[in-house]
Amino acid sequence: MSPTSAPTPAAARTRPRTRPLPARLGRGAVLLALALGAVVSLVPFVWMLIASTHSSSELFHSPPPFLPGGDLLRNLAHLQQSIGFGRVLLNSLGIAVVYTALSSVLSAMCGYGLAKYRFRGRGLLLGLVLATMMIPLQVLLVPLFQMMASVGWIDSYQAVILPFLANSFGILLMRQGFLDFPDELLESARIDGSGELRTFYQVVLPCVRPQLGALVIFTFMGQWNSFIWPLLMLNTEDKYTVPVALNTLTGLTHVDYSGLMLGSLLATLPLVLLFLLFQRQFVAGLLGGALKG
Amino acid sequence: MTSLQAPAPEVAAVPVRTARTRRRRLPRSAAWLFAGPTAVLFILFFAYPLGASLYQSFTARRDGVTVWVGLDQYRRMLDDPAFLHSLVNTAMILAVQVPVMIGLALVLAVLLNQSWLRFRAGWRAVFFLPAVTTLVAYAVVFQVLLRTDGGLANQLLHALGAGPVDWLNSPTWARISLIGSVTWRWTGYNAVILLAGLHAIGRDQYEAAALDGAGTLRTYTSVILPQLRPVVLFCVITSTIGTLQLFDENYVLTRGGPGDATLTPVVYLYKVGFQQLDFGYAAAIAWVVVLVIAAVSLLQFRLYGRERRR
Repeated sequence: MSPTSAPTPAAARTRPRTRPLPARLGRGAVLLALALGAVVSLVPFVWMLIASTHSSSELFHSPPPFLPGGDLLRNLAHLQQSIGFGRVLLNSLGIAVVYTALSSVLSAMCGYGLAKYRFRGRGLLLGLVLATMMIPLQVLLVPLFQMMASVGWIDSYQAVILPFLANSFGILLMRQGFLDFPDELLESARIDGSGELRTFYQVVLPCVRPQLGALVIFTFMGQWNSFIWPLLMLNTEDKYTVPVALNTLTGLTHVDYSGLMLGSLLATLPLVLLFLLFQRQFVAGLLGGALKG
Repeated sequence: MTSLQAPAPEVAAVPVRTARTRRRRLPRSAAWLFAGPTAVLFILFFAYPLGASLYQSFTARRDGVTVWVGLDQYRRMLDDPAFLHSLVNTAMILAVQVPVMIGLALVLAVLLNQSWLRFRAGWRAVFFLPAVTTLVAYAVVFQVLLRTDGGLANQLLHALGAGPVDWLNSPTWARISLIGSVTWRWTGYNAVILLAGLHAIGRDQYEAAALDGAGTLRTYTSVILPQLRPVVLFCVITSTIGTLQLFDENYVLTRGGPGDATLTPVVYLYKVGFQQLDFGYAAAIAWVVVLVIAAVSLLQFRLYGRERRR
């Protein structure tokens, strides 16, 4: 809200009483619609929470449980026993952290190169970056799979991480951030004798912290959620990531629904926390693509 | 900006390059230092596999050897009912899901944009939450919610006096479930983008419209929404591309079934490639998807460009 639209304190105090009935009804309708939407949005989450504290058979009783039950620890033990969930969580975390660190650095550097240098092949590289956004990943799956097989990397973490390190969304996001950085400042850093890399890390990078925050969050989220590629690459259980492990659970003949719900909850919780803590960066990241594009 | 001053004093002692600095021109050689590693990765893991899949789409395995078959794989699609079904399904999802979702997102964004609304960040978070759910988790939860026997959705219907619905096992309902769950996941995401677009429109415009005697509804329909068109178009473009690439949701929720009811081209090519190991045909399907997406994006980018020039 801009200050111009805010009523003076005195006006604010007298207004509610003088506001006409239709306006009040209108506000009521807006709040009602928002509340309804919020319920639809939240029910699956609440259900996930409740369901993971009950036994599987209780979930489909009529009426369904509306309050948390006492089977959380039992479900956790069961999940640990059936797919070694602790190990799986650690795998996901490790892969996501390594991927995020490497990919963010590469994206920032490439975005900077594209924003601030004129070089031969720049147009081609930019075209390549844009093309990856339009081409579905599934086109690449077979050849990538064959590549990984030919170097004997199937069932290894590097095979999960390496092929998607170059991240076009991140590159474009960072490039957008760097475009606004004044060339004069780069020039003066150069005159002062600062090397290109040093200028980048010490002068430029600190100025794009918001974009960098958004980049790190989106990259982490992308890898944490990544499903098909790890599914194809990893085939021993103790190397599985969370989505792959959960997927194997859904395929069993006797599905342990409570365990699945608990696993889903644990898979979702880190992202929800990350989002709630860094909401501003999140939105900034979305807009980096949408409004400036 | 304070960090700018920090390194200057120490490096000023080494004035080697200062004398020959080109004015207003950035050195080229350093560019590859920044862009080089990514370029190598793109060539290895994007350009090469892309070319390889194009080549594969003209080949087939016959008696254990790969042979060149020209356009045969592409011709096969024309009378492959599963592939044709997947196209029809995608067209149906595009025609129903994208407009419904963008419409809902637009309404949500306008509601959230009311100046008197409190806790806006909180509301926004609630509506955005579905978009940050882990894909597999989300599919699992919907499977449980939509289970025919005792799932929450059917229990609710039962309480309202309606019969159980076979959400995931009847072709029509499976499509509806898929559309519903995709909409659940992405509406808030689009609403947040649209809301930011609304914020970018100055408050003075609302006031000017109000001064001219326009009501809230009129202000939106004739003053605000027309200005939002580029952002709406952006949402439509990304959603369309997302739908054309639809894989995760229906793969986990229904595996494309029952029958071919929720099969999309990308799920189909995954099945052809990794279950039937028919790499040539999978590659050909993939390239048709690429061409369709390219055509649609090109069309929409044109519209987008025209919008931005207005």
